[in-house]
Amino acid sequence: MSHYVIEARDISFTYPGGMEALRGVSFRIGHGEAVGIIGCNGAGKSTLLLHLNGYLTPNHGEVRIGDVPLTRQTVVMARRTVGLVFQDSDDQLFMASVFEDVAFGPLNLGLADDEVERRVKAALDRVGMAHLRDRPPHRLSAGEKRAVAIATVLALEPDILVMDEPSSNLDPRARRRLIELLRSFEHTRIIATHDLELVVEVCARVIVLDGGTLVADGPTRDILNDEPLMIAHGLERPHILRHSHPH
Amino acid sequence: MSFGRYIEVGKMDELGRMDSPVHRLDARVKALTTIAFIVTVMSFSRYEVSALMPFFIYPITLMAVGRIPPGFILRKLLIASPFALAVGICNPYLDPQVMGSLGSHGISGGWLSFTSIAVRFFLTVSAALTLVACTGIHRLCAGLERVGLPRVFAVQLCLLYRYLFVIADEGLRMRRGVEMRSMGRRSLSFATYVSLVGHLLLRAMVRAQRIYQAMVSRGFSGQFRVLRPTAVCWKDVAFLAGWVGFFAAARTWNMAGELGRFLTGGGA
Repeated sequence: MSHYVIEARDISFTYPGGMEALRGVSFRIGHGEAVGIIGCNGAGKSTLLLHLNGYLTPNHGEVRIGDVPLTRQTVVMARRTVGLVFQDSDDQLFMASVFEDVAFGPLNLGLADDEVERRVKAALDRVGMAHLRDRPPHRLSAGEKRAVAIATVLALEPDILVMDEPSSNLDPRARRRLIELLRSFEHTRIIATHDLELVVEVCARVIVLDGGTLVADGPTRDILNDEPLMIAHGLERPHILRHSHPH
Repeated sequence: MSFGRYIEVGKMDELGRMDSPVHRLDARVKALTTIAFIVTVMSFSRYEVSALMPFFIYPITLMAVGRIPPGFILRKLLIASPFALAVGICNPYLDPQVMGSLGSHGISGGWLSFTSIAVRFFLTVSAALTLVACTGIHRLCAGLERVGLPRVFAVQLCLLYRYLFVIADEGLRMRRGVEMRSMGRRSLSFATYVSLVGHLLLRAMVRAQRIYQAMVSRGFSGQFRVLRPTAVCWKDVAFLAGWVGFFAAARTWNMAGELGRFLTGGGA
C-alpha cells in the first residue's frame, strides 16, 4: 500500500446553495508526481483541492489515498497524509508566533514535545525560515508568510502536498525561491494555479478543469502548447513556451 | 487614530511571549491568584474606598516585574471605562446622604459608592489584562482548563480572542474602502452604515470559516495544546501563598487607614 498515490473516482459535488462545482472528475496521481491543476476562475480547482483532504465530501464518487477510500473514519489519516497549503497565508497562520503556528499540527497529532520541536525545526530549516521562529506571523512579508505556511504543513510530514495558488501575491524573487523549493520536494505535489509559467517549471503533468469538468489531462508541454484547447477553456499558451524554441 | 492602532493588534501576544520571572510562573497559579484578587476586591462594602488602595500593589507589581508597559494597560482601561462609569454615574443623584468629609466638604454616599465602583473597575480589569499580558492567551486558556474550567469554555475564550483580530482586520479593510470613495465626507448615512456592519459580519464569518478549515486540516479536534505544559514548583506555591496572604491581610485590616492614622498620629 502506498500513501503517495491519490485517486479521484468520478467525483461530483454541489454546494448547498445549488451551485454544481464538480461533475464526474476522475484522475490518478502517482508517487512523486508533480501535477498542475489549471482552469479559469470558478472552474472548480479550490473545491477539488478541499476534497483531497476530506474537508468536503463528494455527493457522488470517491477519493482514495493509496488503497484507502476517504471516509469519515479515515479522514484523520487523510489529513496526516495530504498537507493542504491555502491560497491566503493569513488564513493558515493563526497562532501568536511562527514557532507555535508550525507546532500546531504536530501537537494535535499528540507527538512528544521533543519530536514536536524536532519537526518544527526541520520544517522551518527546509523553507529557510528558521530565523523567524519567534516572530508574530502577521508581521512577516507575503513571501515569508507563504514559506511559513508551507512549513506548517511540512511539520506534519505529509506524503502528498496540495497547494492552492502558491505563487499569488509574491514578488519575483520570492516566487523564484518558491519555485526552487517546490522543485526540490520529493512529495507527490498537486498545485492549483493560474501561474502557467510555474506549472511549466514545476509540473510534468497538467489537469485542465472547466465548469467543474475535467477537460484535459496529460503532459504539461503538450497541453499548454495546444492553443485552441487553452483558448477554448479561458486560458492561454504561456509565454515561456512561445519562446522556448527557435523562431 | 485608526481602530487598528487603538486596539494595538498583536501587542498582547508579543507581551505574552516575553521572558520574566512573572512570565515563567505557572499559568494556573497566576490565574488562581488573580481570581482570588478579584473576589477579594469585590467583597468589600459598596462605600469602601480607602481599604481598596493597598490592592493596587498587585497589578503594579506584576506590571513592574513582568515589564508590561503601564501605558498599554492604561489605554485598554480607558477603552473599557465608559461601561464601568455608566454603571455608577447615577449614584451621586440617587444617594445624596453625606457620609464623610474631605476637608470642609461633605461627601455623599453616592459619590463614595461611585468612586468605589471606579476603583474596583481599575483594579480588577488592570489585574486581568496584566494576567493575559504576562501569560499569553493560549497558555492562560490551557492553564484554566487544567484547573477545571470546562474545555468548551477554554476553547471559546481562545477563539473569541483570536477572531477579534479577524474582525478588526476585516473592519480596517472595509473602512479603507469606504474612505477611498467617500470624497472627504466623514459621516456615513444610516443605510451605508447598516450595509457595512452586515458585510463585516458576513466577511468575518467567511474568513473565520477558512481559518477553521486550516485548523481542521492540521488536526484540530476541539482542544488547544501547548508545548511543555509547566509543572508547579515552589516558586509558584510561594507566589500564590504570598499574595493570597496579602489579600487576606488587606481585607481584614484597612492598611491605608492604619497608615494614615500612624503618620498623622491619630488614635489607633
